[in-house]
Amino acid sequence: MWEYTDKVKDHFLNPRNVGILEDADGVGEVGSLACGDALTLYIKVHDNIITDAKFQTFGCASAIASSSALTELLIGKPVEEAEKLTNKDIAEYLGGLPREKMHCSVMGQEALEQAFKNMRGEAPPQAEHSHEGELICECFGIFDEEILRAIKENNLQTVEDITNFTKAGGGCGKCIEDLEKLLAQAKGESVCETPSSEPAFPAQGMTNIQRMHLIESVIDNDVRPPLQADGGDIKLVDIDGNEVVVQFLGMCSGCPSSQATLHNLVATKLNEKVDPDLIVREV
Amino acid sequence: MKTIYLDNNATTQVDPAVFDAIKPYFTELYGNPSSMHRFGGQVGVEIKKARAAVASLLNCLPEEILFTSCGSESDNTAIRSALTAFPEKRHIITTAVEHPAVLSFCKFLEKKDGYEVTYLGTDEHGRLDMEEYKAAIRPDTAIVSIMWANNETGNIYPIKEMAQIAKDHDVLFHTDAVQAVGKVPIDLKDVPVDMLALSGHKLHAPKGVGALYVRKRTPFRPFLIGGHQEGSRRAGTENTTGIIALGTACELAQKNMNEENTRVRALRDKLENGLLSAVPNSILNGDKENRLPNTANISFGYVEGEAILLMIDQVGIAASSGSACTSGSLEPSHVLRAMDVPFTFAHGSIRFSLSRFNTEEEIDFVLETLPPIIKNLRKLSPFSPEKQGLGL
Repeated sequence: MWEYTDKVKDHFLNPRNVGILEDADGVGEVGSLACGDALTLYIKVHDNIITDAKFQTFGCASAIASSSALTELLIGKPVEEAEKLTNKDIAEYLGGLPREKMHCSVMGQEALEQAFKNMRGEAPPQAEHSHEGELICECFGIFDEEILRAIKENNLQTVEDITNFTKAGGGCGKCIEDLEKLLAQAKGESVCETPSSEPAFPAQGMTNIQRMHLIESVIDNDVRPPLQADGGDIKLVDIDGNEVVVQFLGMCSGCPSSQATLHNLVATKLNEKVDPDLIVREV
Repeated sequence: MKTIYLDNNATTQVDPAVFDAIKPYFTELYGNPSSMHRFGGQVGVEIKKARAAVASLLNCLPEEILFTSCGSESDNTAIRSALTAFPEKRHIITTAVEHPAVLSFCKFLEKKDGYEVTYLGTDEHGRLDMEEYKAAIRPDTAIVSIMWANNETGNIYPIKEMAQIAKDHDVLFHTDAVQAVGKVPIDLKDVPVDMLALSGHKLHAPKGVGALYVRKRTPFRPFLIGGHQEGSRRAGTENTTGIIALGTACELAQKNMNEENTRVRALRDKLENGLLSAVPNSILNGDKENRLPNTANISFGYVEGEAILLMIDQVGIAASSGSACTSGSLEPSHVLRAMDVPFTFAHGSIRFSLSRFNTEEEIDFVLETLPPIIKNLRKLSPFSPEKQGLGL
């Protein structure tokens, strides 16, 4: 069991400001069911003062406590001051959070930023996912810009720290190497790029069995998680030469957008990570 | 506040009769069973009785039982023994839903020692595919390790059939029976496993004692090398109190098996059916028909497991969760993920595991207090079935 401060326990058991503000001036939504935590934050602003804030949170004790703490920190504050709030302020207000749970406080900070953007008409209530950066952690949908910011703002020193603060690297672990590079980049170290000796495409020179395993692995690691996050799934039915036959399951079967998913996700990933000549067909 | 303990797959209360049986061996009868003098020899006699009691519960020979420190040691010993006995064989078969005592060890062997491991998948109820299993067996398969019953869902696997298939292919078969021993009948004269692991603290003995069954004539290589204890198969001065406790616990388990399979099962069913009907959007994880009589794994959609656990802890209910937050990782239980339990439910899973010490009043209390807790947590949550329909 995680060790929580009395204040975390209090805010978890007696959360303040729970609910929806129907006439909110700004709404910020972050997280998802698949990630295991999500927060919707509502703020009401009058004469540049945050007069009310409410939240709804799906998540563990520290996620709920962090959301409750955030609303308490916000109410009565001028907008300029509220904009400066960081995850550290939330954690400090609670008397600290276990290091493994710091991402809960980061979620609060992100929701607040989204709420302000929404208030100014710069973003819809639901968090935008149109990042300019590079997607690093596919399991939790974390981009390099978020990771670099977390490293800088919280003086993170290790990959484990990055996972604790952003969740990146906490799923399949495939992005650990990228996280190490980002950490080095943030610390100003030069990352030695080894001269590329990569084949023209990943499956080049592979035996049929190796190629099949690679296709299975790309489906398991790159295609399945986002589909499952939406309640769907995919099954590899057959591989015949350059033709990969798949079947959509769950919410994906019968989904009106399944052809787009087939082309934009399944085929794109397989072409990029296995062989550009692969053709994907649905049965 | 009274604790309603429903986490018996994690550990169990030491049976008061077990505690009474071992008390003298801490203070009065503390001799070393390997000593030549009578003072130690009388302890050796008790160890012999304990070995016979364990063997009786499993219907095997006493000399086929060696005592260890825990289930993990038994599992590791069995797998390591097979690999050492057949160094030319480089392949292992196990499942994706094993306890870490097997799963982490296999991943370690794969990464550090270059073994190839086949992890059998499951269907949505956690059931194994026998065709996939048969197809996985290779000439260089050193050992198959499949758990008898799953610790999270309680699913019981077809060990007799799987062990026979391994035997037909001349491959050693090990089973981690830590969750099954004492809860369901096990007859090793009828089930052709070569090695079986069990743990004392899962059947009302203390923590720190386990046993490994090794069928006669099975190639065996000791893990701990030193003195001649356990017929030179496991060195180290015996944990005498633990071993005597395990023997007593096995005797009691044999006596109480019927109760485990009737009264405890009825309590479990009452709890399970009551919760599933009182809480909308809750599902049972696992194989409804083929399960340990004491285990119910229920997912409450749209709420998170740790939050539920801490809320029920406030009213004295102790259970367990397969949610990411309680496992120390960020991904929910590997067992539920292997079963493709949707994220909507996987994060909110709670495992209730009963024992013969649970009462109907306790179950009534849980049925009364838990549904409102879920309701309150759902009020806090931005997700709900209705909102899901709106595409959130």
